[in-house]
Amino acid sequence: MATDSIATIGEINKYDFRTETKAVFKARKGIDAEIVRQISDMKDEPEWMLKFRLRSLEIFESKPMPRWGGAIDLDFQNIYYYLKPTDGQGRTWDEVPEEIKETFDRLGIPQAEKKYLAGVKAQFESEVVYGSLQEDLGKKGVIFTDTDTAVREHPELLREYFAKIISPDDNKFAALNSAVWSGGSFIYVPKGVKIEFPLQAYFRINAENMGQFERTLIIVDEGAEVHYVEGCTAPMYTTESLHSAVVEIIVKKHARCRYTTIQNWANNIYNLVTKRAMAYEGALMEWIDGNLGSKLTMKYPAVYMMEPGARGEILSIAFSSAGQHQDAGAKVVHCAPDTSSRIVSKSISKNGGRSSYRGLCKVMKGATNSRSSVVCDALILDSESRSDTYPYIEVDEADVSIGHEASVSRIGEEQMFYLTSRGLTEPEASTMIVNGFIEPLIKELPMEYAVEMNRLIELQMEGSVG
Amino acid sequence: MIDVMKHESLKITNLHVAVEGKPILHGVNLEIRRGETHALMGPNGSGKSTLGFAVAGHPKYEVTEGTIELCGETINDWSPDKRARQGVFMAFQRPMAIPGVKMADFLRHATTNVRRPDRKEGEDLIPMREFRKELRGKMEQLKMDMEFARRYVNDGFSGGEMKRAEILQLAMLMPKFAILDETDSGLDADAVRLASESIAQIGGDEMGILIITHHDKLLEHNTPDYTHVMLGGRIVETAGKELAEELHSQGYDRVRADYPEAAEAELGVRS
Ligand SMILES: Nc1ncnc2c1ncn2[C@@H]1O[C@H](COP(=O)(O)OP(=O)(O)OP(=O)(O)O)[C@@H](O)[C@H]1O
Ligand SMILES: [Mg+2]
Repeated sequence: MATDSIATIGEINKYDFRTETKAVFKARKGIDAEIVRQISDMKDEPEWMLKFRLRSLEIFESKPMPRWGGAIDLDFQNIYYYLKPTDGQGRTWDEVPEEIKETFDRLGIPQAEKKYLAGVKAQFESEVVYGSLQEDLGKKGVIFTDTDTAVREHPELLREYFAKIISPDDNKFAALNSAVWSGGSFIYVPKGVKIEFPLQAYFRINAENMGQFERTLIIVDEGAEVHYVEGCTAPMYTTESLHSAVVEIIVKKHARCRYTTIQNWANNIYNLVTKRAMAYEGALMEWIDGNLGSKLTMKYPAVYMMEPGARGEILSIAFSSAGQHQDAGAKVVHCAPDTSSRIVSKSISKNGGRSSYRGLCKVMKGATNSRSSVVCDALILDSESRSDTYPYIEVDEADVSIGHEASVSRIGEEQMFYLTSRGLTEPEASTMIVNGFIEPLIKELPMEYAVEMNRLIELQMEGSVG
Repeated sequence: MIDVMKHESLKITNLHVAVEGKPILHGVNLEIRRGETHALMGPNGSGKSTLGFAVAGHPKYEVTEGTIELCGETINDWSPDKRARQGVFMAFQRPMAIPGVKMADFLRHATTNVRRPDRKEGEDLIPMREFRKELRGKMEQLKMDMEFARRYVNDGFSGGEMKRAEILQLAMLMPKFAILDETDSGLDADAVRLASESIAQIGGDEMGILIITHHDKLLEHNTPDYTHVMLGGRIVETAGKELAEELHSQGYDRVRADYPEAAEAELGVRS
């Protein structure tokens, strides 16, 4: 574990830079049926999708703002809902416009791609501007594309699965996404295909007052395996931007899917995301959710265990500093016998930041012999900061085992003194304590992401992120 | 030993210390030169650990009067880490657990900082290979299993393991002045003997050591040049090693009788 922080000083502003670009097309500000039609038109979509969007818009307009979670102070008419940065998508980085390519260079994406990724998608504003997939995976029938392309090229899969897990009625922001969605990843892993290296998508918001609404759909067929990773960053502006994604995942019989998020939005971004997976017989769905950035995040990745033997695991780390509220958590729903779930959540609050754990564990009638364990630990670094826990447990079956543990601790003066009396400075000591606190989670990550997560936490500790 | 070192001392003058507004130490005087071994004894609650915390710079232990000088410089205002980097070390009576932080990582960081007092945050640590080699050597001397280095700092350590880990830190950090606060408590008979030998070896003739103890085993290989008795927040008597022997065999009745005022202060603190 490295606790050095200035080693990364050159990178303090690593994410906070703006790229001068000329958009190919920028819809006017605000949202209405005309904007929705325009987006659909730009994408040359089939009729059913346009209808879906328009219906979703109505739902969005009819639904009130959520009254729980964090305070959302957004003017929906002051946001750009669609910005197309380039014409077409690059298959090589050289085909990506220079200034956008440079952006991803600075974020280290092409380097990571060469080292340890099986495929990459890079989304800039509303569209995916670069995409790659290892050749042999393509040959095995793996599909990794942006969702817009999938609508055109894989209509049968889309019609079968799109919006089947998260309908526009689910919540106001799912409805909004459904109306104006653009970009995101579509993945199909055929039966029995195990993808060894991760597929990664990288989301970048560059413009001011921007809304990014990617839509991701992942289908892991029987016995297949995939690890998908997403990273998100943006430069800091004084006005609010909105990121509102919908992610749907189907993990079929005995398949495995791991979805890792390293969310590091700038502190002016509302991050209101709906993520849900359905796991079938003997399947495993894992969400690893790291929330470090954003002004407000409301995100509760869910696993519905639909058939016997399905498993769901959610590991989440939230870090909130000045001006940030992470309202994050998890949902597990046991719909069948012999299903099991595990939630481990760790949150850190500092400099007036606020972290909340909000979780649901639901066991339906008939889901006998189901097991669920929830552990959530919060670490508060100073007296201005805050942490809350909202666990909801609904059990309609007697023959189950459910464990719930929660702890809140403050960095102890005695621990700090012990470390500083051995020559560590106060910042070094508190970084060390925080790293130790999240260590049990970090050590479950693949090495590259563990390193990345530690580095981001260190930047957060210096107060230099965002 | 070079002459210059002999003149280097940790000097405590008229030290008054309060914890949360409550006065605990009432004017302690003590000077430890490098190469000397001092024993500090005294009944429970007399203020021995308090003296250690004050010297190491614990923020809760407020110096209300008097000075602590390190090699001629007053260090009352120094942060704990600066004190450590300039050569002050205290082995805790009750070490703190730091879950999730591996001993080796913690020690490598601490050792780097102490050896390079001017190191800026983020500058390189001692190279891993070099550090491991040194750590392995020291752990072997202390008959500690290498597995120990991979465990989390004091997390789930037995009482004896914690004390051994404190001695390991002493061995790695090689301070100019070390306060060992009941480093013998919790150790079994063999471990105490080993600790006593190790401390003598680590200390050599360049370290000034203050051994706080209720027993005589640690002093076996660390014959005190001076023994001090603390009572009611004051050092009431200082003599040679024979004083340690006397207190160990006969307790504090004689001292209490000889210093009724301090004995009264002792009761004051307790009530
Ligand atoms: N952090 C603290 N908070 C409150 N009281 C304290 C604190 N530290 C020390 N004291 C009080 O100061 C007095 C001296 O305590 P100290 O730990 O220095 O004694 P000691 O001589 O080390 O005793 P022992 O031999 O039992 O270790 C005691 O009355 C103790 O309760
Ligand atoms: Mg004590």
